[in-house]
Amino acid sequence: MSEYGITKSSVGRKILMALSGFFLLVFLLQHFAINMLSVISDDAFNTVSDFMGYNPLVQFALQPVLIFGVIFHLAMGMYLEFQNTKARNKKYAKNNGAANSSWMSRNMIITGVMVLLFLGLHFYDFWWHEITEKYLEGGAESFTGSGRDTTRYSHELQEKFVDIWRVIIYCLSFVFLSLHLLHGFQSAFQSVGFRHSKYTPLIKKLGTAYAIIIPAGFIFIALFHHFNH
Amino acid sequence: MAEKFIDITLKIWRQKDAKSAGKMVDYPMKKVSTDSSFLEMLDLLNEDLVNKGEEPVAFDHDCREGICGMCSLFINGEAHGPDRGVTTCQLHMRMFKNGETITIEPFRANAFPLIKDLVTDRGSFDRIIQKGGFVSVNTSGNTQDANALPIPKVDADNAFDAATCIGCGACVATCKNASAMLFVSAKVSQLALLPQGKVEATERVLNMVHQMDMEGFGNCTNTGACEVECPKGISLDNIARMNREYLKASIIAE
Repeated sequence: MSEYGITKSSVGRKILMALSGFFLLVFLLQHFAINMLSVISDDAFNTVSDFMGYNPLVQFALQPVLIFGVIFHLAMGMYLEFQNTKARNKKYAKNNGAANSSWMSRNMIITGVMVLLFLGLHFYDFWWHEITEKYLEGGAESFTGSGRDTTRYSHELQEKFVDIWRVIIYCLSFVFLSLHLLHGFQSAFQSVGFRHSKYTPLIKKLGTAYAIIIPAGFIFIALFHHFNH
Repeated sequence: MAEKFIDITLKIWRQKDAKSAGKMVDYPMKKVSTDSSFLEMLDLLNEDLVNKGEEPVAFDHDCREGICGMCSLFINGEAHGPDRGVTTCQLHMRMFKNGETITIEPFRANAFPLIKDLVTDRGSFDRIIQKGGFVSVNTSGNTQDANALPIPKVDADNAFDAATCIGCGACVATCKNASAMLFVSAKVSQLALLPQGKVEATERVLNMVHQMDMEGFGNCTNTGACEVECPKGISLDNIARMNREYLKASIIAE
């Protein structure tokens, strides 16, 4: 039955799409928790950022998994969208999608691509900066712990949010992320077959809360640093 | 509700055959009874067209009782029109307003190739059923008493609900991805829930999903549009069940 491999079927691919989505949901939660520290205490934020930035397990085991997760989710998303568009060559002259489904559920590709574009800027702002700092300029010796600046993170973060246009782009992107999550969170559970009369209504409420609270929190952090510095 | 008469304009997809290019054609209709069904209204239109020596509009229909799944039509942007829980034959003209323009298109999906006007070939559903949507036990002459095999009431009810799927294809027509997962999941569920269907459950789900993919249906993105437009109210529970069955089967299958 080799031709029925899980990556080769529509049901299998949606399960993989959901699993990568779950992984990104967990990642987003820890990213949010660490960022919130920057609002509460510079010292705490610097300590955790330095740990995340130089701990070998985080850098060489978890970071590649994350990069793979992000690339897999977007590549699979694009591939499935391509297949889905191909399944109906002749479009309807009149299609009343709003009568039976939410805007978010019908436009995951749009909200997803907007988040992807944001990731380009976000990687340029923070990730590429870290790579340059650590691997291109700092070299391997920066990993030994001696001589590196462990307090740079908080003011580097604050500097990024001085520019109002960057803050606006970040805030808009979080709105798209919220729209993506409003469908994606509960949809992932459905895709892996987790549906139950007792738990599904709870999952839907939890998904709505997650999709609003986390992006709103990120918006708060961006605005906080803009107006406090 | 008292009978009323309305004037409407129909915008209907006309296409001579599979290979010809089609187009939307306008047909004004006067004094249509709000008590008539949608298909009766189309019958009146065709009578007019025949009397005028024009080619009548080809559309699928059979039982006209909402149970055969033959009538289709994408009406004003929705499969089987704006009413809920009905097929097109059970849709009535009282759902429309005087002076309204009604757009009528065939079910569109590459897996439902168009034959003529509003008629499409939904044979892909039959081929999916042929891949395992049945129980291969001998039921002639030696059937045991139905109550000899205890089945929980909730399972029997869910299996029966899934079995009410009439295979009309509204789920595919309405899905933005032209996905057939609601149909296939109903056919998988009606057997997976019962002990008689357990014997071939692993192969069934793998084979039926494989055939569904071969036919060129899209992937499910859980918009839920299929469940809303389904004339039989087939639930998304079935898709979740099929996903579980598929995951289990793809792990244990040799």
